Amino acid sequence: MFIIPYIVAYVGILVFAVAVIGRFIMFAKLPMHLRWELYPVAHEGKKASYGGSYLEEFEWWKKPREKSAVGELKVMIPEIMFLVALKEHNRKMWTHSFPFHFGLYLIIASTMSMLLASILSAIWPALAGGRFDTVLQYAAAVCGVSGMGLGIFGAFGLLVKRLTARDLKAFTTPADLFNLVFFIVAFGVAFLHFVTVDRDFLLVSSFVDNLVSFNLAAPPADGGGNALLDITVVLLSLLLAYIPLTHMSHFVGKYFAYHAVRWNDVPNLPGSESEGKVGDLLSQNLTWAAPHIRGGEGKKTWGEAAMENPATTEEK
Amino acid sequence: MDEGNTTAARRADLKQLIELTDISKDCGPLVDIPLSQQIPLPPPFDNLEEEPASTPLTDAAKEKYECDLDSTIAVNIPKPESKEEEERLVKSFLTGMKKLFEEENNWLFLQPLIISAEHCAKCQTCSEACHIYEESGKSEIYRPSYRSEIFRRIYYKYIKGGSEWVHGDIDLNWKAVARLIELSYRCNLCRRCAQTCPIGVDNALLAREIRKVASQEMGITVKELHEAGSVLQQKVGSSTGMNALVVKDNLEFIDEDTTDRTGIPVETPFDKEGADILLIHNAGEIMAWPENPGAFALLFNAAGLSWTLSSELAAYDGINYGVWYDDVQFARTAMLHMKAAKDLGVKKIVLGECGHAHKALTVIADRVLSGDMNIPRESSMTVLLDIVRSGKIKFDKSRNDFPVTLHDPCNMVRLMGVVAPQREIIKAVVPENRFREMAPHGVENYCCGGGSGFAIMSGHNFAEWRHRFSGRRKFRQILDAFQDEPMDMEHPKYVCAPCSNCKGQIRDIFQYYNAWEKAGLYYGGLVELMVNAMVDSKPDYIDWEWH
Repeated sequence: MFIIPYIVAYVGILVFAVAVIGRFIMFAKLPMHLRWELYPVAHEGKKASYGGSYLEEFEWWKKPREKSAVGELKVMIPEIMFLVALKEHNRKMWTHSFPFHFGLYLIIASTMSMLLASILSAIWPALAGGRFDTVLQYAAAVCGVSGMGLGIFGAFGLLVKRLTARDLKAFTTPADLFNLVFFIVAFGVAFLHFVTVDRDFLLVSSFVDNLVSFNLAAPPADGGGNALLDITVVLLSLLLAYIPLTHMSHFVGKYFAYHAVRWNDVPNLPGSESEGKVGDLLSQNLTWAAPHIRGGEGKKTWGEAAMENPATTEEK
Repeated sequence: MDEGNTTAARRADLKQLIELTDISKDCGPLVDIPLSQQIPLPPPFDNLEEEPASTPLTDAAKEKYECDLDSTIAVNIPKPESKEEEERLVKSFLTGMKKLFEEENNWLFLQPLIISAEHCAKCQTCSEACHIYEESGKSEIYRPSYRSEIFRRIYYKYIKGGSEWVHGDIDLNWKAVARLIELSYRCNLCRRCAQTCPIGVDNALLAREIRKVASQEMGITVKELHEAGSVLQQKVGSSTGMNALVVKDNLEFIDEDTTDRTGIPVETPFDKEGADILLIHNAGEIMAWPENPGAFALLFNAAGLSWTLSSELAAYDGINYGVWYDDVQFARTAMLHMKAAKDLGVKKIVLGECGHAHKALTVIADRVLSGDMNIPRESSMTVLLDIVRSGKIKFDKSRNDFPVTLHDPCNMVRLMGVVAPQREIIKAVVPENRFREMAPHGVENYCCGGGSGFAIMSGHNFAEWRHRFSGRRKFRQILDAFQDEPMDMEHPKYVCAPCSNCKGQIRDIFQYYNAWEKAGLYYGGLVELMVNAMVDSKPDYIDWEWH
């Protein structure tokens, strides 16, 4: 039976990776859209502090355009880590959404620590049990436990809000509640496993060691008799696979919302990338049926529709 | 209590009970918000009982048009004559919605649309950012996410596919379609809510996409925006109805008037080939605020700029109403503007004081312009600032010795990032202790309430609706900005609004609340303030009596 958690874990990781990459590719392959930026745009250098843009410059097209990657990071990192927009505009929600998300980050950090320790030990066996390995083990335990605690606290708080706040309740579907319950249960079981069996994270670490080395044996310290570890692994793996299949994949959408829409203020100067792309887009047929568009049956391109003027044609 | 009041009170009680699924119900208007539900304005307008009474829709309007959303009508959707017609319209709406998600039909906004359609966390962070929702006393149907969530549920149920358990349920019938289209015109498209969304969801974009389905597929449009707006502009040259001859005549008159008022000879050049600048005004300025194009001509001439207006079709009117409801109409007008610039061989287009014209031609049209049609476009704010910085014109700040505040047009500020130039100009022409910012301001400003076409929409009692709901927050901000001043006519105060549509809306709010007589509130553009402070000009260019 101990093989099942391994299989579920591999499947969970695979589904997560494929779904996230697939969603990323889906967004990236969408055609160039018209500019729809929203200020402040973080890479506008000093102007970003008040929401200004390069369009504030006299004859802006004659001036070098400053684009500050540091400026973007200064907004992105606090936004990702601390949910700054939510904190600023919806503090009541943030009090639970932030611990929930930060808990997830800590669990990711815990998992990464264990993976790193396993990979390094596989490459350099001498590192196993050494000081660095111990540090990673310690980090995994601290991050993992605090992450689970914060995750449960946040998810529970969000669940209560969704069930009681009128404005949230009206928009909440059964799946929204299920998602939060799923987190609470999965993290709760993991937390129980930590409290009752694996306070040093040794069992789960040895499971990760085996996972990395494709050694589908029971974790050595476990002896194959710990059902709680198996249940923990199965639940967390299912959760991992489930997230990108739901609207919780909003982390992918958020990346594109910021980088492809809100902050995408690249001007179309002669010879620009967009000048090359727009020809193909304008040559596509449109089939909108309203009389003033007169799309016909896919016989008119966007370019033709834009250049004609039915208002004057009707006059004649 | 009379019948009207009883209904209003009942609706007020019901406001907390409105559900998403109510959009499909055959139950009459979902809300009719009484004044008592609204937050009183600052003094001297703080008595709700003194506010103008609402005018109900006429029986004739109720009989003819769909009006089951709230107490007004924006779109004039005729009531279908039969069940078959209802079904045809619902089918047409669905077909249009499908096209929104097709690359060939909506590549222009497909990526932002999918992001917003598929990623809402339903946290309601957007609600408090919306001036309409807040000023309605938090009426559920004006919550930015109410409209979006209905759109989203239709999308999942009828287009993408998905279970009710995951995405929620909605019944798509004619009531829902008619209400949703009407509801898409209860949003100023100011995108203030999008600024606050932790994920980046853009409710304004979704409202505009709904408008597109109505216009581009169903042929349902707002008359002021379409027939009397973009179509008239493409046919005659301007949504004001002015053809080129009339515009030239009017500009001649404006030149004469400006010459008289300033003592400086003014001549507006037309169709000057090879000029550096093609200046495009919102033609509404020529009709309603002639001192604005007059001031532009005076300043540009005094600074020695090489500039011209165009008398080509649509090129003397910078408006582009398509930007609010129809991508094809938008593209056609943008092309007319660019063609005029190309034919004149100008080096750049400068957009006058019109926010949506700024955004339409500078930002939204940007990626579809190529080759010789890709002529640089620039805000008049930066050109005017360059004039100030050049020192070619001397200004005397003391001539503007009255309280001034600045309205930030959403299209120019939040959606283009042109924030600082107008402030630097004001600093140069207004005494420092006389200027005060609104709170909030800059990219966090509130819409004037006339955005997305509302400023020119006044059918039935819609003008009242925009004063009571969409424009109320701006009026509140203006009043707050001047609370340290005596609020009477003897102490005139200037609201600088460098946008034609914003001015139209502010004019209407001031008129509705009798703001000049009660508080000495006056509005105008930026160039008027500049000319008023111009040393070489006769004083008193600002005509307070004209309020």
